[in-house]
Amino acid sequence: MAHITLENIAHSYTGNPENHEDCALKKVNLSWRNGGAYALLGPSGCGKTTLLNIISGLLHPSRGKVLFDTEDVTGMSTEQRNIAQIFQFPVVYDTMTVFQNLAFPLKNRGRKQKEIEPRVIELAKILGLEKDLHTRAQHLTADSKQKISLGRGLIRKSVNAILFDEPLTVIDPQLKWELRSQLKFLHKKFGFTMIYVTHDQTEALTFADEVVVMYEGEIVQTGTPEALFEKPEHTFVGYFIGSPGMNVCACELQGNQVVIDGYMLSLGRKYPDLGSNSKIEIGVRPEHLRLVPSDREGLPVKIIKVDDIGRHRIVRVVFNNTKFNVIVSDMTELADGNCSLVFDTEHTHIYVDDHLVSGEEL
Amino acid sequence: MRWKWMLPTVYICFLLLPIYWLLNMSLKTNAEILSTFSFWPQHLTLDNYRVIFTDPSWYSGYINSMIYVSLNVIISVSCALPAAYAFSRYSFVGDKHLFFWLLTNRMAPPAVFALPFFQLYSSIGLFDTHIAVALAHCLFNIPLSVWILEGFMSGVPREVDETAFIDGYYWPHFFVKIFMPNIASGIGVTAFFCFMFSWVELLLARTLTAVNAKPIAAIMTRTVSASGLDWGVLAAAGMLTILPGALVIWFVRNHIAKGFALGRV
Amino acid sequence: MIEKQVNQKAWFMVLPVFLVVAFSAIIPLMTVVNYSVQDTFGNNQFFWVGMDWFRDLLHSERFHDAFFRQVSFSAIILCIEIPLGIVIALAMPRKGWGVPVCLITMALPLLIPWNVVGTIWQIFARVDIGLLGHTLAALGVDYNYTQDPVAAWITIIIMDIWHWTSLVVLLCYAGLCSIPDAYYQAAKIDGASRLSVFRYIQLPKMQRVLLIAILLRFMDSFMIYTEPFVITGGGPGNSTTFMSIDLVKMAIGQFDLGPAAAMSLIYFLVILLLCWVFFTVMSNIGEERSKGGA
Repeated sequence: MAHITLENIAHSYTGNPENHEDCALKKVNLSWRNGGAYALLGPSGCGKTTLLNIISGLLHPSRGKVLFDTEDVTGMSTEQRNIAQIFQFPVVYDTMTVFQNLAFPLKNRGRKQKEIEPRVIELAKILGLEKDLHTRAQHLTADSKQKISLGRGLIRKSVNAILFDEPLTVIDPQLKWELRSQLKFLHKKFGFTMIYVTHDQTEALTFADEVVVMYEGEIVQTGTPEALFEKPEHTFVGYFIGSPGMNVCACELQGNQVVIDGYMLSLGRKYPDLGSNSKIEIGVRPEHLRLVPSDREGLPVKIIKVDDIGRHRIVRVVFNNTKFNVIVSDMTELADGNCSLVFDTEHTHIYVDDHLVSGEEL
Repeated sequence: MRWKWMLPTVYICFLLLPIYWLLNMSLKTNAEILSTFSFWPQHLTLDNYRVIFTDPSWYSGYINSMIYVSLNVIISVSCALPAAYAFSRYSFVGDKHLFFWLLTNRMAPPAVFALPFFQLYSSIGLFDTHIAVALAHCLFNIPLSVWILEGFMSGVPREVDETAFIDGYYWPHFFVKIFMPNIASGIGVTAFFCFMFSWVELLLARTLTAVNAKPIAAIMTRTVSASGLDWGVLAAAGMLTILPGALVIWFVRNHIAKGFALGRV
Repeated sequence: MIEKQVNQKAWFMVLPVFLVVAFSAIIPLMTVVNYSVQDTFGNNQFFWVGMDWFRDLLHSERFHDAFFRQVSFSAIILCIEIPLGIVIALAMPRKGWGVPVCLITMALPLLIPWNVVGTIWQIFARVDIGLLGHTLAALGVDYNYTQDPVAAWITIIIMDIWHWTSLVVLLCYAGLCSIPDAYYQAAKIDGASRLSVFRYIQLPKMQRVLLIAILLRFMDSFMIYTEPFVITGGGPGNSTTFMSIDLVKMAIGQFDLGPAAAMSLIYFLVILLLCWVFFTVMSNIGEERSKGGA
């Protein structure tokens, strides 16, 4: 078990890390606490898998260092790093039985049969594979194959960390839930450091204590699921987390007032002078907007669409050319298409060039 | 692992050495070949090639080979296309047996068929024509084509067909306009293998021809025995038979691996 | 897998293939069967001899020898070419400029007409003008493939390796290329040795193409005719007279139609039997695959 630190990691598949454009990873600094459960969240192609492969040693970074505790492991092989990794698609050794598959990582490390057997049987029970222990892995369904892959990752007790690369993609939703809670259970029981890569926010938010959001080869925010939701540090985090994502629209700053297309709004904060070249935007979650009848105070908007999704409704409104999504539970007062939009100023944020600017409390 | 590249390199050298030696000899005069032993020509000459390009009894061999190989490729691929489609999409009475029976012909030894073919084609007056050789080579090339094409076609999702029929395409129109472009690389690979097996085959081609359609390969064997062994010309003729193959490989180099990946050669 | 649609009209699509192949396969085969049960005194007069030719043939030493030579040749070829092909395929580069170079040069021998392959080696191995023969002679090795049966065999075997190992290499290489990277990565994570990677990942994944390679090499070496015919003409003596060479000698050289036809049939039956065994094994593997889900 170890504390994992990444120092200035950059990687380019074309081998030229100086050119910022073709970098899969651009200067990543990160540290993972021993025994934590982390999720690495981001859209496809943002460099999640690259980062994971750098930690496990399958890839050597073009620049930067990987530290386990204080030891520099950048040049070490996967085996020396003692890491387990599980991949997106099931990898099983076709000619072996389930038992042999699970025992394979231990056998390769020269463990005794006496030690292997109880461990394999214990793990097979947890994963629900005990019935199939002696069938050939080739004949199983994709679900069971992925369980075997998970099992091979979990079989060793001494690993420094277990890395999951979207491991539940091929598994159907019902089982997904079950396996995810099993992983959480195993995490509590054995205390492995777990790093879980996914592009599914629900998966990330339910699994992890801390979520790292990546976008275009950079880490845009690290934090608890709550922090990501309440206070996104990058407009991308706002978009990506939450359903629907955060409303982001262009605005201007005039002193302490925010101006949206001519409408003045006070957030009760003072922002520094940001210059005229930067892109200034206001971001607010649909959950933090309210609609009130048009005779009350607020941004005068017109309702263009209502989606009823069961528990609540998503209302799409427009102000001049700016559109907002609002989550509304009760629409009885909003009979005609016109109403006023009220901002929850506590949870409304200003972004300059996509990055959060907090401003001072007035 | 650092020395891993050595093995393919050594193997490639082993492959190229005899070919180099042939090239070397084709550029020497017959006198030089027989008198001195050298790794490269002392007196470089293109005379051997000139002999082949000016003597009709030589160059007609190449033309004959080209004609029957092309005929064979066209017949094999065009017959195999609908059949492969049928095998990949439909089930019908006797389909499995028919498929197996076709494959057995790929395994038929040409030596078994040489004499009966000779009699068959003589009796219907096709002896010593290009079409006779092309048809004879269909014996192993059609099963092969059906096999390769069936593999490629099974890789095309059935939804493609269904969508097209819903859109109101007639089968022939659909097949040519939509389906064939989908398996273009498969057709290329098939044509490549048909070319290959028709081009390299000698026993049937020689048995079925006498003068008018005699392939270059057969002309070479005759020269060995007849003209007192002119090694230089023989080597030049050999070199020229390698060229078409090399050209064809060059054109399909990006698809070869895929064709082999299907494991259906 | 979805069941294929039942459609008897599909026979019309198969008809052209059926007709062409039937024309070139069934009619000649009937002729052969016809000859195999008759004898002739010339002048197109035939009479029925029943199974005599088959009985004679199965007891003749000439047939036994040719068959034995053929089987040993195929066995030797397979024992050398299959492992060699696998090893070379494993060592081949997976990306970069080396790939097209390897593929193209390795495919080259496959596209040389078989008698030219024979000619190349006939020249290459000659003691007076060939590089191989000359070098061996210079090294003091007593080598002459026209006199010495052992030398003739070695020459033909090396020639066949030169000619056909590439086929095994290309098949195996294609099989190897279809293994996803994740397998190698997982093996690294599991701490598998190079040998385990080969034994548990590469070999099982190559199983299908390897079976095809073995079958093709077996069939083609079992039918070999042109190359040894050009190099040695079946000699010295009868030492390299394989089945096909013997058959052609009998049928076209001596015009012994009856025995030749009987031999053809036995020869073809042996091959069909093996083909059937292979086909069964293959479809069993295919079924196992589809049962396995992925």
